[in-house]
Amino acid sequence: MFFLVYNFKIYTGKENYGNVVLSEKAVRGQNLWLKNNCNSCHQIYGLGGYLGPELTNIYSFKDENYLKAMLNSGVKSMPLFNFDEAEQDELLQFFKEIDQTGLSPNLEAVIKPSGWISIKPKKGGI
Amino acid sequence: MKKHYPLYFICAGLISLALTLLCGLIGGLQYVTPDFVKNSLPFYAVRPLHTLFAVGWIVLTATGGIYYYLDVKGQHQKRTAAHFWIFLLTGIGIVFSYLSKNFEGKEYLEFPSFFYFPVVLGWILFGVSYFKIQVSSFGRWPVYYWMWATGIVLMIYHFTEAHLWLLPYFKEHFVQNVAIQWKAGGSFVGSWNMLVYGTSMYVMAKIAQDERYALSRKAFFFYFLGLANLMFGWAHHIYIVPVSPWIRYSAYIISMTEWILLVSIIYDWKKGLKQERKIAFSLAYKLMLLADFWVFMNIILALLISIPAINLFTHGTHVTVAHSMGTTIGINTMILLSSVTFILEQRNVLSLKDVSKILKSLKVFNVSFVLFFMSLMLMGVKKSHWIFFDNTPTFSQLQDKLHWLHIMFVVFGVGIVIGLYRIIFLLLRAVKNVINLEAP
Repeated sequence: MFFLVYNFKIYTGKENYGNVVLSEKAVRGQNLWLKNNCNSCHQIYGLGGYLGPELTNIYSFKDENYLKAMLNSGVKSMPLFNFDEAEQDELLQFFKEIDQTGLSPNLEAVIKPSGWISIKPKKGGI
Repeated sequence: MKKHYPLYFICAGLISLALTLLCGLIGGLQYVTPDFVKNSLPFYAVRPLHTLFAVGWIVLTATGGIYYYLDVKGQHQKRTAAHFWIFLLTGIGIVFSYLSKNFEGKEYLEFPSFFYFPVVLGWILFGVSYFKIQVSSFGRWPVYYWMWATGIVLMIYHFTEAHLWLLPYFKEHFVQNVAIQWKAGGSFVGSWNMLVYGTSMYVMAKIAQDERYALSRKAFFFYFLGLANLMFGWAHHIYIVPVSPWIRYSAYIISMTEWILLVSIIYDWKKGLKQERKIAFSLAYKLMLLADFWVFMNIILALLISIPAINLFTHGTHVTVAHSMGTTIGINTMILLSSVTFILEQRNVLSLKDVSKILKSLKVFNVSFVLFFMSLMLMGVKKSHWIFFDNTPTFSQLQDKLHWLHIMFVVFGVGIVIGLYRIIFLLLRAVKNVINLEAP
């Protein structure tokens, strides 16, 4: 019973996750992310593969032209994708919106003597 | 033929183990030489194949062992056969979808979502057989029957939960989506661990010919503690994801109890075991001891990386990979090999020469695996240092700096492959002998 209540709270409790709702365009970008299994090499919030860089906040660090060029570059281990202009925009919108949700890695986290960490939200994020 | 389906599950599991090792090796070579089979079998197809076969090895072998120990008869044999073919054909379908680069799902479940249905159907068939066979002895179940029952039921639940993201409600709420992905992922690993650890309890009880521990209050206390970990410990994967602190607090507290469970169980069993039983099942016993060694290696790491202050530095690095490899290869694989050799030693199909070859191969495996584990730890430490203290080089430059470690990681991986391949082929031949001996 406790397990059911706990799960219900996890599935429905919006207050647990902040006010983040992806736009339709970002959801299409997310679908492209899944369809091309980007997670096998890249991480979001430290979750995913290890062959490529973490991308949670990539939108804050690289400009759009650089990111678009990378998507179809095929350099080193990066597969040679052939995203069209609309798909590139959708992926960028996905990066832009997840960038607003928080920080990863969280370099500003505060470590407490109890071993706990207090994670800091992204400045200017949601 | 029908009575051999438990052994067919085990054969499919052993073949999956061989394939996961092969895909792991290809993936490792792509770390060292990025262009290696890049166009025909890119890393983004190799990695899901590697994890699919790893899960296949664990699930199929554990399932085959459980069916074998239940001594499935009559009508249940038909259901077992249906379960086997559903899993086999679904597995082949998923392999083809990965090879044709047709992805749709989240990490570890990257296949198109319609595969959800046959997978769940297989688990339901397993559950129906299990409960129908076991219902008459329900009140007297030793702890391993509870573990198996829990594993089957929760596997269906959490596998379903892992597909909730398909609903628009979860798709749009990104942070919640990430949280639930890791809730489901962490818990279905916990569910198959229930099957594997239940198998270890069963094998230990049967080798010792003593059910007292499996019926003791202590064993049940640890079972409930393990269940609490399965249900609530998942959030140690997402300490840095911006979810409410109460979700992470509860995971922190629960996670601290985690590995003590199995260590205590194996320690108690080893203490009371008679010498003649150790000799009668020498391979199964030695493999269980090796699992015990890896539990000790992992207990320290698991407890440390479940402390948020340490997890902050290790999360997203190869330290996490070392932990998951330690669990899947070190603990689960040793327990499952112990289960398979227990069955084969019972049937007297392993010659002294086979046993000696397997023991030698285990040495090659274990030395390679210790070094493999250490190289992953070192890579993790170097990456963490780069993230937190030396973020001037680019990611690509970091990878170049890690190149020699990637080479070591592949070399030690080759050692693991050599050790385990020899064991796999010897065990497959022995299982074939059992089937041939009982052929009409």
